[in-house]
Amino acid sequence: MEKFTTHTGIGVPLRQSNVDTDQIIPAVYLKRITRTGFEDALFSAWRKDPAFILNQAPFNAGSVLVAGPDFGTGSSREHAVWALKDYGFKTVLSSRFADIFRGNSGKQGLLAAELAQDDIELIWKELENAPGTEVTVDLVSKTVICGNIVAPFEIDDYTRWRLLEGLDDIGLTLQHEEDITAYEATRPAFMPTTLPARLS
Amino acid sequence: MAVAKTLAEKVWDAHVVRKGDGEGANAQPDLLFIDLHLVHEVTSPQAFEGLRLAGRPLRRPDLTIATEDHNTPTLDIDKPIADLTSRTQIQTLRNNCAEFGVRLHSLGDAEQGIVHVVGPQLGLTQPGMTVVCGDSHTSTHGAFGALAMGIGTSEVEHVMATQTLSLKPFKTMAINVEGSLRPGVTAKDIILAVIAKIGTGGGQGYVLEYRGSAIRALSMEARMTICNMSIEAGARAGLVAPDQTTYDYMYGRPHAPQGADWDAAVEYWNILRTDDDATFDVEVDLDADTLEPFVTWGTNPGQGVSLSSSVPSPEDFGDENAKAAAERALQYMGLEAGTPMKDIRVDTVFLGSCTNSRMEDLRAAADIIRGRQKDPNIRMLVVPGSARVRLEAEAEGLDKVFKDFGAEWRFAGCSMCLGMNPDQLEVGERCASTSNRNFEGRQGKGGRTHLVSPVVAAATAIRGTLSSPSDLDPAPESAAIRTDAA
Repeated sequence: MEKFTTHTGIGVPLRQSNVDTDQIIPAVYLKRITRTGFEDALFSAWRKDPAFILNQAPFNAGSVLVAGPDFGTGSSREHAVWALKDYGFKTVLSSRFADIFRGNSGKQGLLAAELAQDDIELIWKELENAPGTEVTVDLVSKTVICGNIVAPFEIDDYTRWRLLEGLDDIGLTLQHEEDITAYEATRPAFMPTTLPARLS
Repeated sequence: MAVAKTLAEKVWDAHVVRKGDGEGANAQPDLLFIDLHLVHEVTSPQAFEGLRLAGRPLRRPDLTIATEDHNTPTLDIDKPIADLTSRTQIQTLRNNCAEFGVRLHSLGDAEQGIVHVVGPQLGLTQPGMTVVCGDSHTSTHGAFGALAMGIGTSEVEHVMATQTLSLKPFKTMAINVEGSLRPGVTAKDIILAVIAKIGTGGGQGYVLEYRGSAIRALSMEARMTICNMSIEAGARAGLVAPDQTTYDYMYGRPHAPQGADWDAAVEYWNILRTDDDATFDVEVDLDADTLEPFVTWGTNPGQGVSLSSSVPSPEDFGDENAKAAAERALQYMGLEAGTPMKDIRVDTVFLGSCTNSRMEDLRAAADIIRGRQKDPNIRMLVVPGSARVRLEAEAEGLDKVFKDFGAEWRFAGCSMCLGMNPDQLEVGERCASTSNRNFEGRQGKGGRTHLVSPVVAAATAIRGTLSSPSDLDPAPESAAIRTDAA
């Protein structure tokens, strides 16, 4: 995973709550077996509307998405994170993220930064009044800067550390393989296994 | 004395492989062992590919099982899958399972079906287990008192490689449902009412435990319906403490413990309940006695009302974001504020999905339609949750009831819940659906979804407008409405 320390890019105000993962990437795009190439799929239904924010310059070149509360609800599809990244987004700001989406973001190096809704509203106004305004998201100091607005954001310490260091989760866990093996030896015999299959 | 714990905390603690190390910037969360990993074609290809690229084996094929469900057609399953990308994805799963030694139930197999129907049916889902799957409706398995949650593809790969997950600690929320449900009111109505009450984000960061006399009175399949939609309230997991109902459901299933193992298991399962003096971070109460059939009017599962009420107005919402969301939802749904819900005419009825596609769901719907006529303008799809549910339903003659009524009797899969296969709504088409999500375009681009219970779906298919069983004229050979069904 790439390290994330700070990012500055054009902010995109998405004034909408409950942006579910079916909107971020409709199910039809989930049939692919690759992990990249989803930029065309991002918000594909909404992008058919010429008035949609990503169809307007300079927002189409944005890399900081500023969304309403409950972003990423619904399906667990990590494709939602891949699509945001493939389009060019490095970070999403919201006052509340769905748990699975937040987890998926952390695994893929997309920073999900949780801000107070009041700060989100201020940033929305700034970005709408001066389209093309750049937003800086600093993971080291956990701060967002947009024009004159300086707002703190929340992220759990472990995810922050992994993002700052660009660490691979599986590699980290496998350092503790002995613990896993020790645990496996203690599992009760009545716990089921899928193999060998038993007949109905 | 041991510290009092909730059920979820007990299951968590029993699975800690390695305690997180302490506080500070790089404090690591607990590493938990995963007892059962369910796999399907959509969220696994990139995870298998990751293993291959890193040269890592799949650690525990004997704790992993795969099935084909999201993409599979529900017609012509004896022919090659017509959609080439779907066919490729299914073939990729078959190749991956063969390469990594994973048990797979393919289309056409008697154990194929929706992953969350298959696990419990085989007896693989058991109390006190940790269960994960690259699918948010994994919360379904919480009905057995398992800690079960949906994960993303990176986590799927992590579980494949390590059989563990690093998990952030959660808070606990009790959902207390006391009283008894009236006829025609079901588990689906309970969970839709819970989501309307706490909102789509209300459960974020929490594990829900459904408690109270109304929950204890429910069958296992009804409990699965409730736990299934925990994610729709934002909670990654929701569970119900195991009891005699759970044990009776499990006994004799293919992978349930046998002989002395059964006794040892029951002894363990008996301690899997929230201690009397344990406290939840939050408690929410719902009165089962006054609950009515529930239905959604908007484009998220929290936008629901009693079927006997009317489409709300955006002005009814105090919060600016909720107001804007309601305006947008009404526009998308093509609804006017103030319209009685029961005046809304639908085009399609979908009976299926991991929420409501089990035997009890099919029986409950069949009991309503038996001897009655379908509204001629309604198209109705009945999609059993698994091949085995389909076989059992056919053995009971339910397929004939549905076909005589004019419904389409299909093969098992996720089908129109998310329309990854050809079962989709057209633009503007309105559907009463027993599934779990009414998001924009979820069931097909431009499609409009109202979430309902199986008995409301059945009554709606008869009247053509959103209806509850109590709106129906007596049938010639009327059957009792089951209140225990989901």
